[in-house]
Amino acid sequence: MTADTVALTAPVTRRRPTWPPLTAKLAAGLILGGAVVLFGLLGPLLVQDPSRVGDIGLAGPSGDHLLGTTQTGQDVLAQLAYATRGSLIVGAIVGVLTLLLSAFFGIVGAYAGGWLDELFSLFTNIVLVIPGLPVVIVISAYVPDKSLLLVSLVLAITGWAGSARVLRGSTLSLRGRDYVLACRVAGEKRWRILAVEILPNLIPLLASQVVFAVIFAILGEAGLSYLGLGASGSFTWGTMLYYAQNGLALRLGAWWWFVPPGLLLALFGAALSLINFSIDEIINPKLRSQTRASRRGWRMSSEQLRKAKESTL
Amino acid sequence: MRYLIRKFGFYLVALWAALTVNFCIPRLMPGDPVEIMMSKLGQKGPVTPETRQSIEALLGADSSRPLPRQYGDYLAGLATGDLGVSVTFFPASVIDIIGRTLPWTIGLIGLATVISFLAGVGLGTLAGWRRGSWLDNLIPVTTMFQSVPYFWLALILLFLLGSVWPLFPLNGGYDVYTVTPGWNGEFLGSVLYYGALPALTIIVSSAGGWMLGMRNMMVSTLSEDYMLTAEAKGLRPGRIMRRYAARNAVLPSISGFAISLGFVVAGSIVTEAVFSYPGIGSALLQAVGGNDYALMQGIFLIITLAVLGANLLVDLLYSVIDPRIRARS
Repeated sequence: MTADTVALTAPVTRRRPTWPPLTAKLAAGLILGGAVVLFGLLGPLLVQDPSRVGDIGLAGPSGDHLLGTTQTGQDVLAQLAYATRGSLIVGAIVGVLTLLLSAFFGIVGAYAGGWLDELFSLFTNIVLVIPGLPVVIVISAYVPDKSLLLVSLVLAITGWAGSARVLRGSTLSLRGRDYVLACRVAGEKRWRILAVEILPNLIPLLASQVVFAVIFAILGEAGLSYLGLGASGSFTWGTMLYYAQNGLALRLGAWWWFVPPGLLLALFGAALSLINFSIDEIINPKLRSQTRASRRGWRMSSEQLRKAKESTL
Repeated sequence: MRYLIRKFGFYLVALWAALTVNFCIPRLMPGDPVEIMMSKLGQKGPVTPETRQSIEALLGADSSRPLPRQYGDYLAGLATGDLGVSVTFFPASVIDIIGRTLPWTIGLIGLATVISFLAGVGLGTLAGWRRGSWLDNLIPVTTMFQSVPYFWLALILLFLLGSVWPLFPLNGGYDVYTVTPGWNGEFLGSVLYYGALPALTIIVSSAGGWMLGMRNMMVSTLSEDYMLTAEAKGLRPGRIMRRYAARNAVLPSISGFAISLGFVVAGSIVTEAVFSYPGIGSALLQAVGGNDYALMQGIFLIITLAVLGANLLVDLLYSVIDPRIRARS
């Protein structure tokens, strides 16, 4: 008991967290992603009511309506602002839920080992092989009035397993390392080893899994809404595209209606991917290290080769 | 051998889980699917007691029967291949509809997925081998394609290649007006022509992911010591690339291929919605639109089974390619 308290209260030398180096990729990702998030947060405060019906339908971009109007004269920019907020909310909820579920089933299972690990890993693999979108479609077919929260919940439940598997793999490799074994011998408590010794090493991996989950959730919600199965009465990028498709925006050439939501989605996805690339380079140092091109520099020139041959003869 | 037994055991458990999910969903959800189906069926024609019974077994209305009994009825119904009757395509049975639509989906989505996998892995190998070349610099662009929502890309391509420059047909699986289905050249040509654009959109949107994964694994593999040894031995670069680097680097992609099959199915539903392709995804959406719960559950079951089967195949293939897997167990 006293030994533990001493260990806990002893001054801990803090390791500085390893931030990814600010490369061009990371900077571009952060700026783009930040801009979209800012638009989603502040945009709805600045624009008019997105559902307000106007007189001028299907008008191109002009001074009054910067991104033109929909078939019923609603302002596309206003809809876009609210849609951005809706999609980001879905992404955020699913990101948090995926983090919790995958960390629980991936890290805790792998760390505990034994039958618990077997059970969790079996469960993860089963959720992984059962295709997600059909489950989501079937569930949403039974529930007529869906909230954004319900849609996010279903997306998270069907989508966490991939991350859990990745986390399990690296937890397994970490828990067998010498320094963890040393902590055990030193009598550290099991939860403390998990929280203080293992978890910090998993943070980059967790971060990249969450980023992936956010991308997948936003894309998944957009696909679901496009099929007409999204949350009822909500604005997201997917519902905008659904209404654009139903309003024959494609046939009528109303590009200002269907291009912005897709483009914004692509931009945000690309920004998150760029951030993920930078995180990957921390997790996998091999991506940074020596290339074949650098190795070519070691090669002997033909002059040196001839000399070497002559000397051996 | 132990590896095989473990794998088969796992897929048996997964199969049971899929069947059980299929059993539970209609029973946990609000509303009374059987009554909705019955009233719809009643409008189309007389409903026999047997039909009612089989649908009740599938969707669970009879609350007087205890759940374990219902579960038994449900499994017995499935064992005889009885998936109920469709409302949307009355009086066809669910099994018939699945048999009619599944070949279209497997033909289109299956082929397109395999092509995009092979193309992506091939390009990724080259990009990782010549790191910093123009091909390698193309990767961010292909990732951009990946974060574009698939259906949006498909819509834009359809808009450009179908409406603006009418190179490809707008929708459908074949020319319904001039050709008759069957094993004749005209029909097959028509199917290829109508399938080209959907297949193209799938390849464009998914090859980039394979390319990126393969490229990163190639880069990792190239920094291994045995690569240095191979170069030092003076082996031909082509041989090093294919036999030493690519063969080891492709392993995660192959196991990733198994996992991605679920996403492929998901994508197929959206593809078929965009192109009105007569596959199983369109049938699922029609079933959802028409509250045709029996058809919906049946298609969900078949999709799950197909994904499980394909996963099993990839797992078996993997053990052939990577001898370490067999040796470990």
